[in-house]
Amino acid sequence: MGMTVVEKILARAAGRSAVKVGEVVEPAVDLAMSHENGALVINQFLEVFKDTGLEPRIWDPSRIVIVFDHRVPAESAKTATNQKKIREFVAKHGITKFHDIRGDRGGICHQILPENGYVRPGAVVLGTDSHTTSHGALGAFAFGIGATEMASVWALGTALNVEVPASIKVVVSGRLPEMVAPKDLILFLIGRLTAEGANFRVLEFHGDTIRAMSTAGRLVLCNMSVEAGATSGIVPADAETQRYLREEAGVSDALDPVQPDRDAAYERVVEIDAATLEPQIACPHTVDNVKPVGEVAGTKVQQIVIGSCTNGRFEDLEVAARILRGRQVARGVRMLVFPASGRVYARALAEGLIGDFVRAGAVFMNPGCGPCLGVHQGALGDGETALSTTNRNFKGRMGNPTGFVYLCSPAVAAASALTGAITDPRTVKLGGAQ
Amino acid sequence: MTRVVLKLGDDVSTDVIYPGRYMATVLPTETPQFAFADLAEFNSRLRAKQVPAGGVVVAGKNFGCGSSREQAVSTLKGHELVIVAKGFARIFTQNSVNLGLVLVEAPDVEAAEGDELEIGASEVVNATSGRRFRVVPLPPARAALVAAGGLIAYTRKRLMERAKA
Repeated sequence: MGMTVVEKILARAAGRSAVKVGEVVEPAVDLAMSHENGALVINQFLEVFKDTGLEPRIWDPSRIVIVFDHRVPAESAKTATNQKKIREFVAKHGITKFHDIRGDRGGICHQILPENGYVRPGAVVLGTDSHTTSHGALGAFAFGIGATEMASVWALGTALNVEVPASIKVVVSGRLPEMVAPKDLILFLIGRLTAEGANFRVLEFHGDTIRAMSTAGRLVLCNMSVEAGATSGIVPADAETQRYLREEAGVSDALDPVQPDRDAAYERVVEIDAATLEPQIACPHTVDNVKPVGEVAGTKVQQIVIGSCTNGRFEDLEVAARILRGRQVARGVRMLVFPASGRVYARALAEGLIGDFVRAGAVFMNPGCGPCLGVHQGALGDGETALSTTNRNFKGRMGNPTGFVYLCSPAVAAASALTGAITDPRTVKLGGAQ
Repeated sequence: MTRVVLKLGDDVSTDVIYPGRYMATVLPTETPQFAFADLAEFNSRLRAKQVPAGGVVVAGKNFGCGSSREQAVSTLKGHELVIVAKGFARIFTQNSVNLGLVLVEAPDVEAAEGDELEIGASEVVNATSGRRFRVVPLPPARAALVAAGGLIAYTRKRLMERAKA
């Protein structure tokens, strides 16, 4: 029997010729990422070495990435002190892939990793963030772990006790209609699978829609795979992966585009016709509460958010800016835009998008996670409703347990900013409006 | 015998267990104060030490979905709560095993607040209703970790073995 992509990656990383679903392996880790929760990883890492007589030492500092993104710039003395401790640790242990709060190199971890060429097809990528699944977009096996598990990885260089996950094959065919985005596709899939439908499983994406999709779009699919419970999402590497890594991420060394075997065993196959998709909305308070935009159109919103590790890339800002250009954000609505990285910010500046947003009345913020997880900027008032391109709408997510969060694509967010209510972007006439 | 101290539904997220706004607090010694912070009444009972160790939280499917934040586990571990649910999300499961929080997966479990439960390796008996529910054992990889006393101890052991080799 053949192997899926993830089975092949795990077999190689564990030094085996083959692995089977459910088997326990101990893969070597290629890249280990943390953000501000590195403070807890450091605490647990030092704990591992306690009373051993050994000097705390990271197995390979060149494979560690630390990115500040959750609270940038620091919102409190406590966060600032955590960040300071991490900086000191980074300097002491010679961690060079460190992305501090900077306008050039900074940004959200799940954009920093791909755009700097840190992720390669076939790699095992672990991160102390559930959306580490994002990096499957480049053909890597990438998944989220907790801080103690990361401390163990820092010490040993392997992940202890990984069970080989079963894979679900997702085959998407047809061309996405105008104003329908990869975000709509993944929301639709999560609605169909449910929030636990892929728990302990991998979503392996195939089909002509995926082949035609940019890496930015694939990152959206893999990013939100975890919202169906998936261990990981993965797009087997292809020509687009190679193009992205060479042209956008500056990678020049050899790539190994690991492919699944023809006779690989999948737990199930899910087929989706992209051509019939409509814009989708995930309604409060679970990500699988997904409806076509028409069913919730007209719902009043007080805050619109564009950004996050899901939809803060240049392509996302471009779609939104095109809708907003020459128009005004409705009264009573605050629109917050967070680019995913300094590089995205600089390109948005160079191509005039920031001007489009600001003239429309949106607030263009610094790169970072922003209001997505309710710890920093853009909290909701009691009973308020947000429409957001982020990835979670759990109760309390945007900083207020009485708030409501609806999730959507950048096009839906921009179209709705103009009206102050959830709006189908296909109803907005582009160009010429003043 | 132990008592159900809190009953919750499906898809209890890490934002409910440990709201994101307290994430700057990371140390396991400090996180317990924010357990279920937005369930104000239950949180205040926890903080007032009115919930005994071993108290059971009963929930539906997909408990612990969402973030990888380990605070969601250390905050419950700090109160020595036991979680009995119809199912658990992956990262939460892994973090619980790593830190020694007791999870009991009972796919058909039915219990109300105040019910007395007897939790065994293969079944949960609800002594109040008289009903019995099967328990899904931990996968072998995770069982091995529990046997080793959690991930810190297991990693330390491995590290010492390598240092000797």
